[in-house]
Amino acid sequence: MSTPLLETRRLSINFGALAATRNVDFRLQAGARHALIGPNGAGKTTLINLLTGVLKPTAGQVLFKGSDITAVKQADRVKLGIARTFQINRLFRGLSVLENVYIAVAERLGVAPSMLKPAGRRQEVVDEAMALLETLKLADDAAHRISELPYGRQRLVELAITLGLKPDVLLLDEPAAGVPSTESHIILDAVAALPREIGVLIIDHDMDLVFRFAQRITVLVGGAVFAEGTPKEIAANPDVRAVYLGQAGHG
Amino acid sequence: MTVQQPGLAGHPAAVALAGRHRVRLWEPIPWILLLGFYFAFPRYLGFGTELLTTILFAISLDLALGYAGIVTLGHAAFFGAGAYTVGMLANHGIWNEPITSLILAAAMAAAIGLASGLVLLRTTGLTLLMLTLCTMALLEEAANLGSEYTGGFDGLANLPIPPLFGVFEFSPLFPTVQYLYCLAVLFLCFVFVRTLVYSPFGQSLTGVRENTLRMHAVGAPVNQRLVICYTISAALAGIAGGLWAQSNAYVNLSTLGLDRAATVLIILVLGGYGRLYGAFIGAVVYLALSHFLAKPYPTAWQLGLGLLLVLIALFARNGIIGLYDQLAARWRPRRAPP
Repeated sequence: MSTPLLETRRLSINFGALAATRNVDFRLQAGARHALIGPNGAGKTTLINLLTGVLKPTAGQVLFKGSDITAVKQADRVKLGIARTFQINRLFRGLSVLENVYIAVAERLGVAPSMLKPAGRRQEVVDEAMALLETLKLADDAAHRISELPYGRQRLVELAITLGLKPDVLLLDEPAAGVPSTESHIILDAVAALPREIGVLIIDHDMDLVFRFAQRITVLVGGAVFAEGTPKEIAANPDVRAVYLGQAGHG
Repeated sequence: MTVQQPGLAGHPAAVALAGRHRVRLWEPIPWILLLGFYFAFPRYLGFGTELLTTILFAISLDLALGYAGIVTLGHAAFFGAGAYTVGMLANHGIWNEPITSLILAAAMAAAIGLASGLVLLRTTGLTLLMLTLCTMALLEEAANLGSEYTGGFDGLANLPIPPLFGVFEFSPLFPTVQYLYCLAVLFLCFVFVRTLVYSPFGQSLTGVRENTLRMHAVGAPVNQRLVICYTISAALAGIAGGLWAQSNAYVNLSTLGLDRAATVLIILVLGGYGRLYGAFIGAVVYLALSHFLAKPYPTAWQLGLGLLLVLIALFARNGIIGLYDQLAARWRPRRAPP
């Protein structure tokens, strides 16, 4: 098998006496559509925080394209190509939608430290940000402040900022959380239309979404990998049904 | 210079962003007023000079506080550093040419800003507030104790400041030269800060203020950006302090104290922060109030100021400029949602 895009080896973290992540061996292949599921408190977001460098593991390694990045800081991992969305929107609320995406694109292109030329005159940044908004059908809202947008649109901006980083790995932490079901299809469509070559890891509680989207599913329970396989295998696994699907009142 | 481009570049949002830095029609007004003050009130140029240095000091704080969200209560440390650099160099006969002295003042304040920023800016909120206060207190005490060099509690008076460009003499009684000199320096510094805040760097500072976590997540070196901003802000405050020392031909502990640091913060809250011109409005209102209220009510004038601050806090989210925005938004007919 080729080198995975992102890999963890016996990754663990303890918060005091609580082992939030326990000996997790996880692989995300290039171009993968991978879902991470598990009951509340299973350590899904903690795993994302470990992958992105927000948290330092107590033990184990994180590898990106085969090289150890366990000691690499969060900002530098972003530069390598690992981007994430947050479960709860983390946006620049006082700024316009365009400015939000501009900031991400400017960082990636290395324009952000420049002090003289006005931001709006950096045509390459503006054009790329606008094109991105266009593909996400956000162009009509480009001039609006984040605080003026409904929550569903804000979730799309969250995605747009991340895509502005042109990541190789995209970690989506409940992209449709808090969005009314009448609007959530917009976000799901956007996720489905992501560039093929990006390796996507998605966390979600919505089993319809997970089973439609994922080619591979990892079930996390109590911080450890409980099961992993294709959607078919996971759906057929009686243990998974018992601890998770049954509990969710699904299938 | 507008080039109507087809497609995305012609999108209203892109056009708005591209034109954000353009000089507004009203922007020359404060400068015309400041220049007009020179001719209209020749007897108040001392007051005017104080006003100009205060505006510059408030702008330097606005860059750190209003744009980057760095909460500081010790900004007078840099004002004082600039003032004492000018004062000590002149008093000890080392260097006193006005313009190069200002550059040295900026460099000294920037060095202190960089050194302290590298340590302090790892913290946020109340911790940062206290540490900036402590840094200032340390400098103030150093200036107090090192009386051999700093003049201690009395400060350094009668600084020998030579004429500007060797021609224009600084007169303590008729500070016409000081006023125009301060106005010119303020203008240059303002143009610099204005350029900075509309640049991608300024945009990223706003990003840090709006959401630090997200800035980390887009790969921005947040701490480095803050340190650079703090250093630039310190340099500008140093220039303001240097100007103050040159205009008054003395320097004392008041340039370094909590009084000055708190005053500039009040000015920015009063005028509106993160808006550049808030510094102008705040400084004018504060100094005018203290000037005109202090005469009839020498002991109670701060009560009037306090009441004004309470009103601002209650009814205007971002000072006088914020109040104007709120009123303008109310009167402007609402655009229909798309």
